[in-house]
Amino acid sequence: MKHITFWLSTAICVVVLFAASRLVTNDYFFFAGYVVLQYIVLATAWNILGGYTGYINFGTSGFFAIGAYSSVVLHKLWGPPIPVLIIVGGILAGAVGFGMGGLTLRLKGVFFAIGTLALAIVVQTFITNWDFVGGSRGVYIIRPPTAPLLGSYIHYLFLIMLVLAGIAVAVARSIEQSTLGYGLAAIRDDEQAAEAAGVPTLKLKLVSTTLSGALMGMAGAPLPYYVTYLDPASGFNLAYAVNAIAMPLVGGTTSWVGPVLGAIFLGTIQEVTRVTISSSLNLLFVGVLLVLFVVIAPNGLIGLYQPRRRRQDEPQRRPQAAL
Amino acid sequence: MSETLLKVEGLGKRFGGFIALDNIELEVQAGERVGLIGPNGSGKSTFVNCLSGILRHDSGSAQFGGVALEGLPAYRRTRLGIARSFQLPKPFRSLTVAENLRIPLLYTVNGRGGVHLTEAQIAARCDELLRMVALDGKAKARPRDLTQIEMRKLELARAMAAAPKLLIADEAMAGLSHSEIDDILALLFKLNEGGITVILIEHIMRAVMAFSQRLVVLVAGHKIADGLPQDVVSNPEVERAYLGE
Amino acid sequence: MYWDLFLNAIASGILLGGFYAAVTVGLAIAFGMLDVGNLAHPAFVILGSFCCYIFNQRWGVDPILAALVMTPFFFLLGAAIYQIYYLSFERRGEEGLRGLAFFFGLLFITEVGLILGFGVDYRFVEAPYIGPTLHLGGIDLALRTLTPFTISLVMVAGLQLFLSKTYTGRAILAVSQDSLALRLMSVRPYRVKLIAFGISIATAALAGAFLIIIQPVEPSIGRDYIGRVFAIVVLGGMGSFPGMMLAAMLLGVAESLTATFYGPSWSPAVAFGLLLLTLAVRPAGILGRRA
Repeated sequence: MKHITFWLSTAICVVVLFAASRLVTNDYFFFAGYVVLQYIVLATAWNILGGYTGYINFGTSGFFAIGAYSSVVLHKLWGPPIPVLIIVGGILAGAVGFGMGGLTLRLKGVFFAIGTLALAIVVQTFITNWDFVGGSRGVYIIRPPTAPLLGSYIHYLFLIMLVLAGIAVAVARSIEQSTLGYGLAAIRDDEQAAEAAGVPTLKLKLVSTTLSGALMGMAGAPLPYYVTYLDPASGFNLAYAVNAIAMPLVGGTTSWVGPVLGAIFLGTIQEVTRVTISSSLNLLFVGVLLVLFVVIAPNGLIGLYQPRRRRQDEPQRRPQAAL
Repeated sequence: MSETLLKVEGLGKRFGGFIALDNIELEVQAGERVGLIGPNGSGKSTFVNCLSGILRHDSGSAQFGGVALEGLPAYRRTRLGIARSFQLPKPFRSLTVAENLRIPLLYTVNGRGGVHLTEAQIAARCDELLRMVALDGKAKARPRDLTQIEMRKLELARAMAAAPKLLIADEAMAGLSHSEIDDILALLFKLNEGGITVILIEHIMRAVMAFSQRLVVLVAGHKIADGLPQDVVSNPEVERAYLGE
Repeated sequence: MYWDLFLNAIASGILLGGFYAAVTVGLAIAFGMLDVGNLAHPAFVILGSFCCYIFNQRWGVDPILAALVMTPFFFLLGAAIYQIYYLSFERRGEEGLRGLAFFFGLLFITEVGLILGFGVDYRFVEAPYIGPTLHLGGIDLALRTLTPFTISLVMVAGLQLFLSKTYTGRAILAVSQDSLALRLMSVRPYRVKLIAFGISIATAALAGAFLIIIQPVEPSIGRDYIGRVFAIVVLGGMGSFPGMMLAAMLLGVAESLTATFYGPSWSPAVAFGLLLLTLAVRPAGILGRRA
């Protein structure tokens, strides 16, 4: 399927899903749906660096929070519309991703991973000590009374996140089926051999961290309007970091489908558990599922669906000529 | 007309206190077939790594086609025209055999000198390369389904895919059968006839003697001989360094 | 006035460093020597803290004593975890991404498990050496930090002796350098690593005791320590104990000075900032250890 076709199909899906959602009367659906969609973006973003390139990022919450807190700052300064916030959040988080990459990408796997964690905590510490955004006390964001286009603000947020999810998925797939995607796969499989084959590994890795970070930042930008009260404890919640890792690993890291499946699967389980049993137990589930899948089903849900024996019949990828 | 393709002067490399390479001098003309031999641990692979850019040499200089290699990352050197196969095959495990060859085509050949490959050309070139190493039946297989020997052939094919000016084959023949060695030799001869300079690193003396126009011997990080194969082999110092083959 | 403050900050920093060394030594073994990126190590330390808490609150047992009692159990826990890790990842050669995710999941499970069991309140222990402070010249040395410091030094020194003098210890050092050679000497690397990782987690029991003596503990504190322990291991040169000790002291002093003069809320940034800097500045060659 050509790139254009996929983008169009995704756009159509978004429109269809949105139209279907207009039929739902219970607002709870939109609140929960927003969270799942947000996770689709986070998981997809994470997978670009983790699944495609092979570099595991523990600092998802850092990039996510950069998006959220840049929105807080802009909101306090002059309150631009959400799409603007998303773009700004994406640019800032992408820049940080680029910087972090520059510092840590020459390192081997574990060290890089620890570096990402270090970055997230450094960002968190700075924000906790920054009074303008409320510091550790947090900040209240008042939602505008009506939303553009739709009236109900939560419906508007849902639509935004739906569009963002569509964009994230389309971007991921475009990468997958392109020269860049091949390069990243080579880096993931054997970085030395990739360099020897002419792949500019550092450059591509930087592209990967920047893009991944930018998408995470974009996912975080609307957050203040969703939660209306934002403090570092919730903004940097470990749940984001774990889910961003667990969802692709559970769903499958080899294609864009995995993070989506994982986000829907784990997101739904968590929401159901949170509402029916307790809110801590749902995090326990995620942890347990993560460990279980990593140990038993390394290729995730996708892998379970396509047992190893049948791999030979997998349709050959048809990338376009050099992007 | 022969121009100097590779010029290495006083090259040295150390790991902490251990001197892996000491004052290596080597000149390779375009189109030559050079054999590089030496006991295990003599620094052959380190030398290749220094040339290809995986390691940075500590002293001396290396020039390829007049371009200084110092400071160039490995992928730049590949684009310049140096390709190497790895002694222990390092295939891209999640990609098919054909896709393994795609990587050098996409990243080295494509874009070099303004050349733009179409999808059809890439696919055709992959087929051609696979046929040259007799792996065309396995285009859609994964590296894990290949035998050791097939993996070595893939390794060689991947180096060839980068359309190099200089191909360094690092012990590509180890463990192969008599006829398989002949196949690889024939392949290397054919590549050389097509204009590719080849440095053959091997332990299998029969192959080295048959192939090399010139023989270089490395022992404990020093070059102790460099000349015609017959002369080098009868050199007493070389005999001393080698027990057996 | 500032001089006194400064000296005290240094002193408490050194004591803190000694404690950090105790928390880190397990990781120095697991990650520095065995190449196992056990992100969950701090979570086991917290687990140790809570075990001491139970012993202390229920039966009035001294926390350090409690930890010593728990040590064999933690050893077994470590061995069990390594077994799973080995079977799932190391044997298949897939330590990378999945191995890390495994430990990350464990970290999470442990933390959430503790929250479910104990809630998010801070817990503390009582012991005779927790209140008093020693006054030496202008320097105040709180016994609650001095005691763990002293015992930690003993523990690390003891482990160092174990590694260099006993057969098993030297096998562990050997496996960290060259497991193939070890195999040729007909010692199974797997067994050696199993014991080593068991020891690694066993240290968490005592470290946990130290932690809850020094400060009140709640389940999510472990996260603050991930960066610290990895920073110390990396700075200290991976497997080296003396290096680790030095690095721990350095970190302790840096944090203490920051807390005294800028406020405690900046302390996490010190550890992680130091870590980032170390990672960024060290040349790639040294970090690519097992090529």
